[in-house]
Amino acid sequence: MSTGKKTPEHRRYDRMVKALTPNSNFARGYMRAFWVGGVICAVGQMLSLFGEKALGLTEGSDAMFTSIALIFLGVLLTGLGVYDDIGRYAGAGSIVPITGFANSIASPAIEFRREGLVLGVGAKLFAVAGPVLVYGISASIAVGLIYWLIGGLGA
Amino acid sequence: MKQTIKFNHRLAVRSRASIVGPKEGAGPLGWCFDRVLEDDLLGMKTWELAESEMLRQTVSLCLEQGGLTADRLELLAAGDLLDQIMASGFMARALGRPFMGLYGACSTFVEAMILCGAMVDGGYRKNAVCAASSHFCTAERQFRSPLELGTQRPPSAQWTATAAGAALLDTDKAPAAARLTHGTIGRVIDYEVTDTNHMGAAMAPAVGGWGPWRRSIIARFAFGKLQERPGLLLGLAGGADIQAL
Repeated sequence: MSTGKKTPEHRRYDRMVKALTPNSNFARGYMRAFWVGGVICAVGQMLSLFGEKALGLTEGSDAMFTSIALIFLGVLLTGLGVYDDIGRYAGAGSIVPITGFANSIASPAIEFRREGLVLGVGAKLFAVAGPVLVYGISASIAVGLIYWLIGGLGA
Repeated sequence: MKQTIKFNHRLAVRSRASIVGPKEGAGPLGWCFDRVLEDDLLGMKTWELAESEMLRQTVSLCLEQGGLTADRLELLAAGDLLDQIMASGFMARALGRPFMGLYGACSTFVEAMILCGAMVDGGYRKNAVCAASSHFCTAERQFRSPLELGTQRPPSAQWTATAAGAALLDTDKAPAAARLTHGTIGRVIDYEVTDTNHMGAAMAPAVGGWGPWRRSIIARFAFGKLQERPGLLLGLAGGADIQAL
């Protein structure tokens, strides 16, 4: 019967499902993502200024300080069980900043701790972030190669 | 195509029991359940152990309500959604009765009813308990993402119930609240829906082959959050009607 290929009937069904399925409320989603993402960025900016003015960090190291502090906050809020509620409300607003990346590492760590430190946490720590790392690093290599080739031509 | 079997005896559903989580208890069907959990971890160390304990309590409650002690139970058929149907296996270990482990996902309970019905109807067993369980927190890990991951669900996403149910079957002539007379064994109907956040759409076509009113009702359940448009919902539920639309 089914061979994994879509028959005209399957496509007709797909169209009907699409017509019946309610879409996410985009305007509301954008607004929420915008203000929550904005708040996270503002916190980051404050941390950066704090590092620069109060701690006397140089320009490179205040950025590093900000990243580390935000990652810590993301992990802390994940551990307290708050970050998933923020994520449900804000969507991309809390996924895209570095705190979202911290959440994507901390949440499998909590989930799979019960399966042991090696086969649980060790094996599944990057279950969510893994694809982002694989393709992020691959893309940066590709971009680096292009930059090098163009740079080589220019020289 | 022959899909429905008719049992020779009018099998009695002697007793039944259900235990659900807090969210299910707060829903419109909340009053139907025997017990609503306040703590969906049941004081256990893991969600998997909690699901197994919930299932064990449900089976015990079912036996108690049917006036049967565990050592007189002749067959136990149960399943859940975990790898190696772990919740059912641990429950059966605690109960120590002859056990058939089943996996039919959403169909597990009905599968258990049909198999137990056949065993009791055929006279191989005097009584049998059919049971199934699922737990939101174990299913999320099994099929989707970690609980604490901050992602959004689209409006069509289904929510796996935290619930366990059990029914005790026998051939006793004494009055019973419900009787098992027929069983319909379904076929796999695949419309190639690959969206994991739209399980309702994947499952609805399987209801084909029933009367249209029945398909309509089941499609409404499957598309819980969809707009109520009976004509289209009816069409969604069966191949024949899709042609007509």
